[in-house]
Amino acid sequence: MPNQMPFADKLSKIGEQAYFFRSFFRNIFKRGFEWEELFRQCYIIGFRSTGICALTGFILGIVLTIQSAPTLKDFGAESYIPGMVSVSIVREIGPVIIALICAGKVASSIGAELGSMNVTEQIDAMEVSGANPVQFLVVTRVLACIFMIPLLTIFADAMALIGGYLATALSVGMSAQLYFTKAVSILDYTDVFPAVIKTLFFGFAIGFVGCYKGFTSNKGTESVGLAANSAVVTASVWVIIIDAIVVQITNSVVYN
Amino acid sequence: MEDEKVIEIRGLKKSFNGKAVLEDVNLDVRKGENVVVLGKSGTGKSVTIKCIAGLLQPDGGSLKVFGEEVTELDEDALKALRCRMGFLFQGAALYDSMTVRENLEFPLKRVLQIKDKEEIRQRCEEVLEAVGLTDAIDKMPSDLSGGMRKRMGLARTLIVRPEIILYDEPTTGLDTITSREISELILEMQKKYKTSSVIITHDIPCAKLTADRVLIMNEGKYIAEGTYEELEKSEDEFIRSFFK
Ligand SMILES: Nc1ncnc2c1ncn2[C@@H]1O[C@H](COP(=O)(O)OP(=O)(O)OP(=O)(O)O)[C@@H](O)[C@H]1O
Ligand SMILES: [Mg+2]
Repeated sequence: MPNQMPFADKLSKIGEQAYFFRSFFRNIFKRGFEWEELFRQCYIIGFRSTGICALTGFILGIVLTIQSAPTLKDFGAESYIPGMVSVSIVREIGPVIIALICAGKVASSIGAELGSMNVTEQIDAMEVSGANPVQFLVVTRVLACIFMIPLLTIFADAMALIGGYLATALSVGMSAQLYFTKAVSILDYTDVFPAVIKTLFFGFAIGFVGCYKGFTSNKGTESVGLAANSAVVTASVWVIIIDAIVVQITNSVVYN
Repeated sequence: MEDEKVIEIRGLKKSFNGKAVLEDVNLDVRKGENVVVLGKSGTGKSVTIKCIAGLLQPDGGSLKVFGEEVTELDEDALKALRCRMGFLFQGAALYDSMTVRENLEFPLKRVLQIKDKEEIRQRCEEVLEAVGLTDAIDKMPSDLSGGMRKRMGLARTLIVRPEIILYDEPTTGLDTITSREISELILEMQKKYKTSSVIITHDIPCAKLTADRVLIMNEGKYIAEGTYEELEKSEDEFIRSFFK
């Protein structure tokens, strides 16, 4: 019977998501906020991802410089390298790449963790004990993502500038002071501000999708894998969609 | 008020994907009474008690706990009801990201809102001693054996001293000596805190020891009811077969 009414099925899924969102939102403000668990999640989600984000940012900075340095050199425009690297990293590449990496690392682990808690009835156990599983599990994880993804992005941006500097110093020879002054001074709040706002939404999408997929997984061992998998795919797609929407908004609001 | 009914189920129905699991369940539990439910695997025993705890939404019939219709309660009322009710899961359902101690503290801190460190410590020790797991207090659930997990789940259920406890196979997978200890613990809870219990079990010695009343379930219905001795001597071949 499952595929008899695909449209009704879709609608009920949307309803389920809306309900889940509402219950997440209401539980943020409920009494007994789980501070300790929030800090623990910030540590797990944020701190444990610093390595991979640093590496990615560093390599992106190097690659971007190596790719563009020869062309700029031909025009005698080496002095534009720092500005070009920093604007493209901060505005677009940094936030999107870090969000996609976190979709793979964080959303999947949240999906798998909550999915297996669901399968082994731990979420049911929390609920029948009279505790509030949404408050304890979902609110903390989603908020931790909203706080940590922007920080990870800023950290990765900084690593990208360092990588960019090393590559510039080796290929065209530029002093660190000049490089970083140029890279930072070109950034204006219209570059930084929309990018940070964007990463907050990325963080929400990653945390929310991971929690939703885990929380609503079916009861069965294979559904843990499915929950993790569809958390990654859905979160990645949402990152791209949010990016497209934010570009439209900033283009029409900020740059006009 | 010895005869006060804490659970009252009439004509409960539940089906999954068009397949009826519960067809017509009637069950009463009085205050301070242990009701044992026997039945073949897959007949819907666990589904029945999940409906009582409000984890599953029944399709029809009436389900009253403490005189209130469970399906009509709002979120807060349901939460209040659950604070008075304990549930032992068939698979123990320990929180596996927390140690044994944190598992026990979880309901104390969040449900009973106990702040006093000394009282928390005392309750943990008391309940761990009762299930014989004092040494395991700082272990992770993944480091416990199957039987230890089961006893640990029981400890987490008992620590809040609920008025109604729903036991889903409390002794399955335990050796005879430990099962006997667990059965005695169930009796002790009943005496000490006047708890009313629904005990699902396949363990006949446990049923014999704990039951004030036995119900036998088959294919979504309760087909027989009586004291242990009555049912053991039943005319019906099928009913007698449970006690062999
Ligand atoms: N969430 C669910 N979704 C679909 N079917 C379910 C669900 N829960 C239980 N069932 C079905 O309901 C029937 C009864 O299950 P239940 O778990 O109540 O059995 P049981 O009497 O507790 O058996 P056992 O003694 O083996 O634990 C089974 O056929 C099972 O497949
Ligand atoms: Mg069962």
